[in-house]
Amino acid sequence: MDQRRITLDVNGSTFTETVATRTTLADFLRHQLRLTGTHLGCEHGVCGACTVLLDGRSARSCLMLAVQADGHQITTVEGLEASDGTLHPLQQAFADHHGLQCGFCTPGMLTTLIELLRDNPDPSESDVRIAISGNLCRCTGYQSIVTATLDAAKRMRMGQTV
Amino acid sequence: MTTKTFGKRTRRLEDPELLRGKARFVDDIHIDGMVHAAFVRSPHAHARILAIDATAALAMPGVHAVLTREDIRARTLSDRLAVALPDRVYKQQRDRPILAGDETVYVGEAIAMVIADNPYVAEDAVSQVNIEFDVLPAVSDCRDALSPDAAKVHSDASDNLIAEFASAYGDVDAAFAGAAHAFRESYWQHRGCAHAMECRGCLAAVDPLDDRLTLWSSTQTPLVAARLLAELLGREETSIRVLAPDVGGGFGPKLVFYPEEAAVAIAAVILNKPVKWIEDRREHFVSTTQERDQYWDAEIALDNDGKILGVRGTLLHDHGAYTARGLTVPQGAVASLTLAYVVPTYRMDVKVALTNKVPVTPVRGAGQPQGIFVMERLLDLAASALKIDRADIRRRNLVPAEAMPFKKGFVTRGGIPIVLDSGDYPACQADAVEKAGWADFPARQRAARAEGRYIGIGLANYVEGTGRGPFEQVGVRLASTGLIHVATGAAAMGQSTKTMLAQVVAEQLGGAMERVVVTTGDSAKVAMGFGGFNSRQTVMAGSSAHIAAVKVRDKVLQVASHLLEVDAGDLDIDGDNVFVKGAADLKISLRQVAKAMVGAAGFLLPGNLAPGIEATENVVIDAMTYANGSAVAEVEVDLDTAAVNVTRIVFVHDGGRIINPTIVDGQVTGAIAHGIGNALYEWMGYGDDGQPLTTNFADYLLMTSSEMPAISLSHRESPTPLNPLGVKGVGESGVMPIPAAIASAVEDALSPFGVRITQVPIRPNDLAALLEKAGA
Repeated sequence: MDQRRITLDVNGSTFTETVATRTTLADFLRHQLRLTGTHLGCEHGVCGACTVLLDGRSARSCLMLAVQADGHQITTVEGLEASDGTLHPLQQAFADHHGLQCGFCTPGMLTTLIELLRDNPDPSESDVRIAISGNLCRCTGYQSIVTATLDAAKRMRMGQTV
Repeated sequence: MTTKTFGKRTRRLEDPELLRGKARFVDDIHIDGMVHAAFVRSPHAHARILAIDATAALAMPGVHAVLTREDIRARTLSDRLAVALPDRVYKQQRDRPILAGDETVYVGEAIAMVIADNPYVAEDAVSQVNIEFDVLPAVSDCRDALSPDAAKVHSDASDNLIAEFASAYGDVDAAFAGAAHAFRESYWQHRGCAHAMECRGCLAAVDPLDDRLTLWSSTQTPLVAARLLAELLGREETSIRVLAPDVGGGFGPKLVFYPEEAAVAIAAVILNKPVKWIEDRREHFVSTTQERDQYWDAEIALDNDGKILGVRGTLLHDHGAYTARGLTVPQGAVASLTLAYVVPTYRMDVKVALTNKVPVTPVRGAGQPQGIFVMERLLDLAASALKIDRADIRRRNLVPAEAMPFKKGFVTRGGIPIVLDSGDYPACQADAVEKAGWADFPARQRAARAEGRYIGIGLANYVEGTGRGPFEQVGVRLASTGLIHVATGAAAMGQSTKTMLAQVVAEQLGGAMERVVVTTGDSAKVAMGFGGFNSRQTVMAGSSAHIAAVKVRDKVLQVASHLLEVDAGDLDIDGDNVFVKGAADLKISLRQVAKAMVGAAGFLLPGNLAPGIEATENVVIDAMTYANGSAVAEVEVDLDTAAVNVTRIVFVHDGGRIINPTIVDGQVTGAIAHGIGNALYEWMGYGDDGQPLTTNFADYLLMTSSEMPAISLSHRESPTPLNPLGVKGVGESGVMPIPAAIASAVEDALSPFGVRITQVPIRPNDLAALLEKAGA
């Protein structure tokens, strides 16, 4: 099996690993780095559960190869909280507004919305709905996720950080 | 003062790990040395299996084994899964094979299992297993299945009828003969797959130290799986452990015990290695159970006042190729149809047809939304013909509050009489109609039409059976650490089951939720149980948890009474202390109380009480408790594209007493979303040859955030007398009336064209054809 050596930054730590070229970024993160917070819901790029941030932009880790992430910076759900364990305001808002039930889609929702809130600190409800329109959730009906995101945006505008 | 948790918007115990990416779903579990399974699945809807050649696959580096039916047979007492709920009306017994041997009867059926170093190699090897087939004619449409010249789903059968039954009470034909009015319509209803965001998956390992086989599975029913696995393998129950780790949604299909779970467990025994299998989404479309087609022909009789005299008709139900659960879905459909209304006579004749497709088992709602749809559509049909307002005809026929408890004329699948236990259905509808501005809508509709916009409003009521018995075991134990351990056969898959049980238990034991440790769905922690389905766990496990917690509380107070030398009646619990009422600083910690009952060698236990502080309960509740609700939907239809846009849902819900309002809101809202999907989008298509047509999320449409309308959700609380908490199930709720309410609204929007909606999902192509036919 063709292999390559890659070096990448994941959640602030540098990893140099040998990886089979056909390994998806999602499988690399989950099974080689054992960062299992990133989930696979469809493996064809529709459900969004596997979304991570690649150099700050949301990306489907099921549709990328690990070798494509060589030299890049990845943020997964495990990298959202502060080093002292304090939840990111968005994570906290999800807890406060019941923005998750089974929690399987949650990592992808969080990473997608982190990108939104960075680009648009004061989103409208419609902005939030459009941002997560590529992330499927079967439990919540999305309403509580939208509410949580708008509340997180407000908290972050008032100066709350991670 | 003591801290109370029942009825409060407490924090969820589940959230911190899920939010941090630290939860443990089945594919997150790693065992050193584990190998990976992939299944060779049938590409044909019906074929004889002539030969399986695994030579090429076995020659691939990293491939450990290719297992077929013969390997399974050598290790099991049966090579089929006999899981059907008992019923006398079966005409054929069609149990699923663990791996198909002689014949395969649907696309996706597992025939062989490849075990390899990793999933990539396993999937490569699957393509190298060569199977010689003799392709046979297949039956795809259940309407074709019962014709005399139809192909046979199973080649050893004389026909495709697997069951036939009637749900009936009263003399319905006499009622129709004497009725002033009768109206008849045919309906097609299709519900697709459940599509929990986490697919199925399992991991099996044999522990050589105690020879115990452990199966971690993304299942709703781990206790049932443990029992079936023990029977299948001829092992003692104690040598099998099945547990559900974090489960990424269930919604019905994960209540079924699957061939893959058995095969993975057997492979772990054969190879003596941990074996993991994780289903991908394409496999999920072709191998996880679904709901699909129902064809109804139904008729309603009324008197001159618009009062119902009877309902009769027929239902043809698509069963799929095997019995993977039972007749639950058609039974649920015909049982739910009349529930909300006074229907003096009723007869629905049901035929259940085998087809060469994935087996059908319950998806959230389990047939009930379909029965409700038929009833609500018939009422709209009658209202339109008799020129009675749609809300008014319902008001005239809803079971009135003063009639409770109201005995229906028939029984559940278990022979238990159906008795509506509580609720005020007319008040619930009145509430919904009021909140929706029903009376003002015609003016809004006229104004919209003047602008060329077609808006409509629709209403539907539902009553659903919840809390399927007979019991769910819960053990509550005060550990010597002072923590309260709760263990149950109930299984968590996103409904906040741990939080719910912690709230019920903490209510009795000081209210400190953070001190309650809940273990769900682990056969090593409880002796018996069922799991999650049929909106049952809050009713069944909640009741057992409550009674167990009350007993633990009594024991705590008795022990503390001896330790503090105070009458037990003068004591109460708050946080982690038992204190003397009126003298709160006179107290003893729960930890000290628990430690006292661990005992010391050679010394008396306090008060000569029995050791330990624990209680295990199996509260038995046979009768189901009936929840209800009313939904009003508003839609706008685009005549150019035939797209239906749901603009607003008003939902008034009555699920009895509420343990946690936030969680109940979440459950109902999610179920409403599922209902909108069923009304407009979700369709699991098959070609005439039995080939699935929709096997990814681009072809099969799930609700996204953009389609969700504004929802006005409110609750009434009619406690049930049937359980000590007064609670009813809520998990399915929202899915019940939404397809009916949306169909009613679409028909209302298009009333200028006389378009009649007789199906769900209301697919744009179908609606476009109707609009064209109507000249719109």
